[in-house]
Amino acid sequence: MASLTLVQAINLALTQEMEADDRVVMLGEDIGKNGGVFRVTEGLQARFGADRVIDSPLAESGIIGTAIGMAMAGLRPVPEIQFEGFLGPAYDQIVNHAARYRTRSRGSVTIPITIRVPVGGGIHAPELHSDSPEAIYVHTPGIKVVMPSSPYDAKGLLISAIRDPDPVIFFEPKRIYRAFREEVPEDEYTIPIGKAKIVESGNDLTVISWGATVLQCVEALDKLPEDLSVELIDLRTCYPIDQDCLIESVNKTGRCVIVHEAPKTCGLGAEIATIIQEHCFLSLRAPVQRVCGFDTIMPYYKLELEYLPNADRIAESILACAAY
Amino acid sequence: MSAATAPTMPKMPSSETLKQAGRVGSSPTPSQLLPDATLIRWLRDMMLIREFELRTMAAYQQAKIGGFCHIYIGQEATVVGTFAAVNHDDPVVTAYRDHGHALARGMTPEACMAEMYGKLHGCAKGKGGSMHMFDRPNHLYGGHGIVGAQTALGAGLAFAARYDWEVLNKAPGAPVLDGSGHPADRPRTPAGKKVCLCYLGDGALNQGCFHESLNLAGLFGLPVIYVVENNGYSMGTSIERGTTMAHNLVLKAAGYGIEGIEIDGLDLLSLYDKFKPYADRCRENQRPGFVDLKTYRYQGHSMSDPQKYRTKEEVQKYQERDSIDRLAAVLMSPKGEPAVGGHLGRGCLSEEQFKDMQREIKEEVRLAVEFAEQSPSPEAAEELYTDVYANPQPGLSSIRDYHHGVRNSLL
Repeated sequence: MASLTLVQAINLALTQEMEADDRVVMLGEDIGKNGGVFRVTEGLQARFGADRVIDSPLAESGIIGTAIGMAMAGLRPVPEIQFEGFLGPAYDQIVNHAARYRTRSRGSVTIPITIRVPVGGGIHAPELHSDSPEAIYVHTPGIKVVMPSSPYDAKGLLISAIRDPDPVIFFEPKRIYRAFREEVPEDEYTIPIGKAKIVESGNDLTVISWGATVLQCVEALDKLPEDLSVELIDLRTCYPIDQDCLIESVNKTGRCVIVHEAPKTCGLGAEIATIIQEHCFLSLRAPVQRVCGFDTIMPYYKLELEYLPNADRIAESILACAAY
Repeated sequence: MSAATAPTMPKMPSSETLKQAGRVGSSPTPSQLLPDATLIRWLRDMMLIREFELRTMAAYQQAKIGGFCHIYIGQEATVVGTFAAVNHDDPVVTAYRDHGHALARGMTPEACMAEMYGKLHGCAKGKGGSMHMFDRPNHLYGGHGIVGAQTALGAGLAFAARYDWEVLNKAPGAPVLDGSGHPADRPRTPAGKKVCLCYLGDGALNQGCFHESLNLAGLFGLPVIYVVENNGYSMGTSIERGTTMAHNLVLKAAGYGIEGIEIDGLDLLSLYDKFKPYADRCRENQRPGFVDLKTYRYQGHSMSDPQKYRTKEEVQKYQERDSIDRLAAVLMSPKGEPAVGGHLGRGCLSEEQFKDMQREIKEEVRLAVEFAEQSPSPEAAEELYTDVYANPQPGLSSIRDYHHGVRNSLL
């Protein structure tokens, strides 16, 4: 057991999966010699060779399309896209190809591809380098979407994603790449895709979040009166959504606050609020609250902290919901 | 295969005949080394595609086929000639005008027609339709509706083929690369060198993905041949109006370090003679290729094309060089005598045999239509959510909704 950052935990998962399976191949811009723009793949090319850790040209559509072709033939590619904004050029390949092959091929071809993408704001970067587009891909049948919030979960979820026969977009919240360390077992382990985690148990109100914002939620809990018992759920997988976990919790607490970085309108929070409305209607004692990014272009760093949900905004919303 | 050892080499024509045919002093072409039966099969394959497409048009006009439909008539030699030059296990990927590719790769006319009818016994249970013919056992990795986007998939298929041959072969106990999604524990047969055929239309030359893919293929040395089925039009825009360097497309490939060739796609024998050694070289050297294959579609872009962009005379001019007629003429001309296109007659097909073949094919396609008519429609409860995920974790909201129905359980 070692104390690892998110970056180190992901690097360890990649190393172990490449060790275990010759079909795992990585490709992306600067992932080899340079170890990736965030150094997540540091040392992997030296260890596994340029045949398996491939420095690709700067061509996102080409990278993802090639990786899909590789997956169709039976490899298990793990391409990296440098920033979530650069998924734009690859969008066609993801949505029109990766997501649809299984259906189109009568189930005879699956696309076991894991697209690793740093996501979200908080590193003083401009837009296209700070966005949270998870809802776009959740809205795409055929794709699974994962976003861990801790090194331990990241390792287990990434191993699950690489072994999963379906296309997975693995969002890595870049803000917490090196924000803290956590004990991560050396041995390989998996965390099931589609399972949320109860970070804190409570009875009065449910907070649901995912990715780096989970940490802001933890911070917000410290700002609340001690007699308010809050249950904090880390979704971990954005799709498929662990509906049972959410429904059970809100049926118990009767109150719910959803927190995410992405813009509010048609964000994943809207879908979760609807699931709760559909299944917990009789238990609800307050309207479902959302604390989100705003419906605007992600601002450059001077306004970044105004945009991102912070502990104060979250705590305020929790108190309002609890007092209703 | 050398000429001296070729077991099926036909008797060579006399030098006098060769002189007349303009082939004096040249060694036999690849197609001349093939047995008559192979050439007759090619003719049959082309005729099957044409008959199939005629019946497809009729079914479409009767509203039996939904959506859009792109007819391959006129381009048959392209797919038959290029497939003949590669192995059955070489991967193939193509664009949306794909019925010919499916049939020539070995998909049954039944499965192909039923797919267009949206029926359960179609190649994708009627979920893909005309543009998405997929046939895994025949190594056909799909028709694709997004113009040019399949070029990257071709690069990926070629990468996997090369990786299999170059990397996995060396690893003892390496998994078999069969796409099953599970590490295979059965013994591994060493992978040979493969070459992927990636077809695209001339319109795809203007898409970004095409250029990314050629760069990747050139850079990494991927054994993929980009076969441009250059029918002169991207929908209603002629290639001169939409594409730079339309008269010399191979220069585009040269920019990516790929040596391209131009081929007359209306003469199957010339096509094969030029493409076969080219494909062999790409396979042997594990390098990409690019072919400007000049062909022509007789029908509109799709069934709803008013065709204002070309004249009837233009279409007629190409129909006079019809690839099926040309090959039939060569096969029917007296053996060794000069025939159409500078080829030597084969004298292996009589008028009567040709007509028999036509009758057989008509019947075969008629039965395919009948099969499609009778095939059941997919049942929503059975099929709506199948084959979306290989590993559907519990809580997939869509599946849940389906079983619960539209009615909320609280209501």
